[in-house]
Amino acid sequence: MQSHFDLFGLAPAYALETDALERSYREIQSKVHPDRFAHAGDAERRASLQWTTRVNEAYRTLKDPVQRAKHLLELHGVDVAFETNTAMPPEFLMQQMELREALENAKDPSALDELRKRLRQEKSFMDRQIGDSIDHKKDYNAAAGLVRKLQFLDRLDEEIDAAYEEIE
Amino acid sequence: MALLQISEPGMSPEPHQARLAIGIDLGTTNSLVATVRSGVPVVLADANGRTLLPSIVRYVDSRKIEVGYAAQARLADDPKNTIVSVKRFMGRGVKDVAHLESAPYDFVDAPGMLQLRTAAGVKSPVEVSSEILRVLRERAELSLQGNISGAVITVPAYFDDAQRQATKDAGRIAGLNVLRLLNEPTAAAIAYGLENSSEGTYAVYDLGGGTFDISILKLSKGVFEVVATSGDSMLGGDDFDQRVFCWIAEKAKLAPLGARDMRLLQVKAREAKEYLTLHGEAAITAKLSSGEFVDVSLDTETFCSITQTLVHKTLGPVRKALRDAGLTADDVKGVVMVGGATRMPQVQRAVGEFFRRDPLNNLDPDKVVALGAAMQANVLAGNKPQGEDWLLLDVIPLSLGIETMGGLTEKIIPRNTTIPAGRAQEFTTFKDGQTGMSIHVVQGERELVSDCRSLARFELKGIPPMAAGAARIRVAFQVDADGLLSVSAKESTSGVEASITVKPSYGLADADVERMLRDSFDHAREDMHARALAEQRVDGQRLIEATRSALAVDEKLLNEEERAAIERAISSLQKLLTGADHRKIKQAVEALNRATDEFAARRMDAGIKRALAGRKIGSL
Repeated sequence: MQSHFDLFGLAPAYALETDALERSYREIQSKVHPDRFAHAGDAERRASLQWTTRVNEAYRTLKDPVQRAKHLLELHGVDVAFETNTAMPPEFLMQQMELREALENAKDPSALDELRKRLRQEKSFMDRQIGDSIDHKKDYNAAAGLVRKLQFLDRLDEEIDAAYEEIE
Repeated sequence: MALLQISEPGMSPEPHQARLAIGIDLGTTNSLVATVRSGVPVVLADANGRTLLPSIVRYVDSRKIEVGYAAQARLADDPKNTIVSVKRFMGRGVKDVAHLESAPYDFVDAPGMLQLRTAAGVKSPVEVSSEILRVLRERAELSLQGNISGAVITVPAYFDDAQRQATKDAGRIAGLNVLRLLNEPTAAAIAYGLENSSEGTYAVYDLGGGTFDISILKLSKGVFEVVATSGDSMLGGDDFDQRVFCWIAEKAKLAPLGARDMRLLQVKAREAKEYLTLHGEAAITAKLSSGEFVDVSLDTETFCSITQTLVHKTLGPVRKALRDAGLTADDVKGVVMVGGATRMPQVQRAVGEFFRRDPLNNLDPDKVVALGAAMQANVLAGNKPQGEDWLLLDVIPLSLGIETMGGLTEKIIPRNTTIPAGRAQEFTTFKDGQTGMSIHVVQGERELVSDCRSLARFELKGIPPMAAGAARIRVAFQVDADGLLSVSAKESTSGVEASITVKPSYGLADADVERMLRDSFDHAREDMHARALAEQRVDGQRLIEATRSALAVDEKLLNEEERAAIERAISSLQKLLTGADHRKIKQAVEALNRATDEFAARRMDAGIKRALAGRKIGSL
């Protein structure tokens, strides 16, 4: 199976060439999108639907750091094992508990803004580490651990979204 | 004087005439139809020069139907048979609709979607909507002097699967070839973006008669990309009328009202709301059927205070859409105002304060959606050469998922995913020897299934008996470019395959739609057979043309034998086209489609390769 990177003509790397990806995504979409085939026969419309779906899914995967890393690690034969490997270093768990406590105590938008800012910093730090492990050190097992941590942080980010909605 | 146009040599390789395509804004309060004429989008008027068609249908008796102004004139006299704001009922059950008690209809609860008892019998909201669409189709045919090849119908971005499917069926029953369902704010963005050649991030704030949408879009040369959308499909101008109505009833100390008086005061409430857009105070007078007079006066301040919570209610979805897009109000370059209800000064003010900039009002908020839909219809009809057209990337508004143990929702495709989208997930059995699995498809953001909208339930049978947890059932979701879902499930561990594919329905089965289609032709005294034959011929001719032009470009992708097979399918279809058997033509169309399956797939691959090759050369 062709990798998502091959599909867009990109080198497989965690550091993303965002402009090249977007350009390539749009060029492919302009060829395969159902809007180009609204008057075509069923065969072409089906092929268009399948391709556009695949291209959208690939684009989404590459744009999302956790999914991109997971896809890359799979290409290198490493399973991130989100479901089965839930062991985390104690200091990371401590920090998570502290963040979650802060979330529970955040009762107004400005407190949530503050928390989100902190979380974003954590995430960008994690992002750099994952890039370093995959692209430079090529230590895929270490990277898998970091990706699991990043996914943890993503979940917290979603919980912050839910908390905003709760307040509103 | 208009000059005759001559195309540039070589620009128009086939002497092919532009296809007539229309865009329809099927609104809660008013509906419109537009088209692109000589490159310019225009709204089409009726014989009296009126562009708006009030979305009101009156069933006079079992044969006579009035639509639009004629129906509007009888609103208060014949409330039970005169249906307004039917869009609120599309794809909805009795329990889903707010203020049902103050709607003067005879509701019939039916599984999935409510129905209305009228002088012409029990009608589904789909049929009522199709009457509005039919009038617009006829208006367009008269105005354009020809058969309409296809239509784009707009829907609120926040419409769920049931509401979308209901709208598409209404289009079919009205005799339209529905090219696409297009989200209203996206249609507005197309009209606005092309008119002003805008670039950057824009918000479209669309407060219609019955629905509220907010979409955040990135506009760049030739691409309209929706990044997030949110809204409330049960909030609109009607709710402001309702507040005024309640205020009148309280102020004038009225006893509970009959259907006629209720309708009369609702109309008065709406007039007062509209008057207050430009004036400081509105006088409301009416004579009730009891002989009692209502004479009250509503000032702007009171109007703002009784509707404040409604205005405030729109800002929640605005914040949510911005968060989903990962943006703040400051990132938004402009806010396009759409929908008649955005004319209210308090709405303009609230939006202006939220985004800290003046909202954009330079396109008529009533027409902009229809104009954008017409522009998109023109592109879908293939009337614009590549390079001059644009790419539209839209999203689904609500997450799609299935029910798992304990009544919990497992999301399979999250909201704001770009469509078309597809995703599959594996599930397993709960008990030893379990041979069937019930799959419940839901839409919504909540964790509990009971808080989400149920779209479909189906059963996968014939799973070979295994230990609990050993079976692997792959449930695949596919959302098409209209935002419509189909679901399939398959068990494959044992090599025995159990599989099923369903399209969610909202209570109307395919057979019901067929019946309505037949009824509608009886009603219009059109010959169903003649129409089916004409449609199949157009379909067949179109397919032959499309296949021939594909062969002309990509013949090299086929070997001798493959090419011959396609040629054979073309010529047998060609022969049948002159005949009078529409079923045979349909079969031949299907046969040609099957014969070109592989060719279509190869062409698509080749197209992608060319796109990438172009990119690499371009980036050198």
